[in-house]
Amino acid sequence: MIEVSDLTVRLGGVTALDSMSVNFVQGTCGLIGPNGAGKTTFFNVLSGFVRPVGGSVRAYGEDLLGMVHFRRARWGLRRSFQTEQAIEQLSVFDNVAMIHEHSRLSRASRRQEVLDAISFVGLEIDPQAKVATLGAAQRRLVEVARAVVGEPRLVLLDEPAAGLPDEETEHLSGVIKAIPGHTGALVILVDHDMSLVSACCGATAVLDFGTVIASGPTGEVLRDEKVMRAYLGTEEIV
Amino acid sequence: MDAASLEGTARPSLSPRGLDARTFVRPAVIVALLAFVLFALPALLSLYYVDALTQVAIYAIVALGLGLLAGRVGLVSLGQAAVLALGAWVAARLLFATALPFPIVLLLAGLVTMALGTVVGLPALRLSGLYLALITLMLAGAITVVLATTNFPNGGHGFLGYNSNALHTPAMRRPTIASSDPAFFRYSVIVGALMFLLALVHVRTRPGRAWAAIRQSEAAARAAGINTTLYKLWAFALASFVTGVAGGLLAGSSRYLYSIDFPTQASITLLAVVLMGGIFSLWGAIVAALLLQLLPALLNSWGVSPDWLTILFGIGVLQVLTTAPAGLVDQVPKDLARVGRLLSGVARRRARTGESTP
Ligand SMILES: Nc1ncnc2c1ncn2[C@@H]1O[C@H](COP(=O)(O)OP(=O)(O)OP(=O)(O)O)[C@@H](O)[C@H]1O
Ligand SMILES: [Mg+2]
Repeated sequence: MIEVSDLTVRLGGVTALDSMSVNFVQGTCGLIGPNGAGKTTFFNVLSGFVRPVGGSVRAYGEDLLGMVHFRRARWGLRRSFQTEQAIEQLSVFDNVAMIHEHSRLSRASRRQEVLDAISFVGLEIDPQAKVATLGAAQRRLVEVARAVVGEPRLVLLDEPAAGLPDEETEHLSGVIKAIPGHTGALVILVDHDMSLVSACCGATAVLDFGTVIASGPTGEVLRDEKVMRAYLGTEEIV
Repeated sequence: MDAASLEGTARPSLSPRGLDARTFVRPAVIVALLAFVLFALPALLSLYYVDALTQVAIYAIVALGLGLLAGRVGLVSLGQAAVLALGAWVAARLLFATALPFPIVLLLAGLVTMALGTVVGLPALRLSGLYLALITLMLAGAITVVLATTNFPNGGHGFLGYNSNALHTPAMRRPTIASSDPAFFRYSVIVGALMFLLALVHVRTRPGRAWAAIRQSEAAARAAGINTTLYKLWAFALASFVTGVAGGLLAGSSRYLYSIDFPTQASITLLAVVLMGGIFSLWGAIVAALLLQLLPALLNSWGVSPDWLTILFGIGVLQVLTTAPAGLVDQVPKDLARVGRLLSGVARRRARTGESTP
């Protein structure tokens, strides 16, 4: 359970998040909104890269914002980036092992758990292959493997399917859906692909100009008039 | 998806790091190479070249430190020659003031330099790229100025150990087992090999992975739970430690140290050759040291001024930055392979035309 209340972020002159309040309860939750709505900014707050001017985030009852950024991974926070960030110089194995070695888990089980994560995402390649030699879809899967290893509690995925062909998106969708059951983590999925969001997420929240304008069961939210208007960019005449 | 094309190359995924022939061949080649350098080279070469190669061994360690910073972590320092001077100063001071065994002096020189060099690295926590280069260059300049006024110890008293009235400066002592030049060459190579081993252990384990992450993206590294501050300082500490040890060797090899031997621009030349050698492979450091120390010795013996090298290095860096970012160590084998393919192609064509025209 992630409780976000009155979260406000200013970046330069822009109010990227404007008293955002929402609860992510369990499973895979969607977070959608038009370009510039503040989705990535929200993730950056959770990662500790951006300091909010106000508001709080409680994760399983703990104050997430009080933690030093690099400690949050140890706590169980994982994320993927909008521009994918698997480390090219390292092998697939080392990419995933690196996350494990900065988690709370012991070294003894590392090898096995890393290989488990790699096979969980369905990467059927040599774990010693360098990430630089992989294609886009495989790199994306490496990122997801990094996100599920080492007992995560909160997994943030920022547009994991962007630019992928349908077939790959379908595979990824299956993997994302399976994360909560496999790891016990809560997943927040940001994506512009509504069919992916409806396929993966029971509940979805919609951000527009840094404010949550709708939240609830994904089907209902997507049919919401306010949401349609936000996406179509129809200006309200006040 | 290109999984199919990768399947062909996939090795059995559970073999720990692939216990294939390469696991044994590589160390064997390295040991053979080391044995050749240690035993055959000093016997084959004149003292002039043995001395030059001693400098190569020492500067390979310095290049190793800078290569780690620039290639592994992405921190470009323009102050490494000054850090080397620091190490040499500390070692010189200890050699005159104490009767400590030489290896202990090297270790202490490394540790003191590590502490000071980490301070040089402190700006790296906030800066990168051009600004970091500039700041480290300024610090190097400051160190040069301070050294010029304090001078290197020459057996005098007091903290600085410099006696400006000394008519006869005693030589820096060397280890008893390595007092001759060829013996000191071997000694330097062994110390150098140990430093490379130390670097290799770092690169292959947790810090190496953390550095690779930092180099690619600091944000992603932090999200992966990496304390970027700690690992950046660790890189500076390691680079300074090996450079300090190299400074100790330099004190022993040259026996007399003068502050004019450590101009600020030496740091710039050092970065140039390290880039040319190749910053993504530890072997690049050896290539860099050969460029920096053996090439001038060769030119000198041919009666050509080594000053021309500045121009050559300039062109070399340009080439690295534009076409071969991984340096000579990566480029030369590729070029050789290309030449090999060309030659074998020519040979095959010859053979074929030979067959058709009896
Ligand atoms: N570093 C920054 N400095 C100033 N403004 C920024 C910065 N980063 C983002 N913004 C602004 O904050 C707002 C929210 O951006 P954010 O990247 O969070 O949107 P997003 O919902 O992730 O959009 P997209 O779907 O395009 O990824 C935008 O108006 C953006 O221009
Ligand atoms: Mg975004």
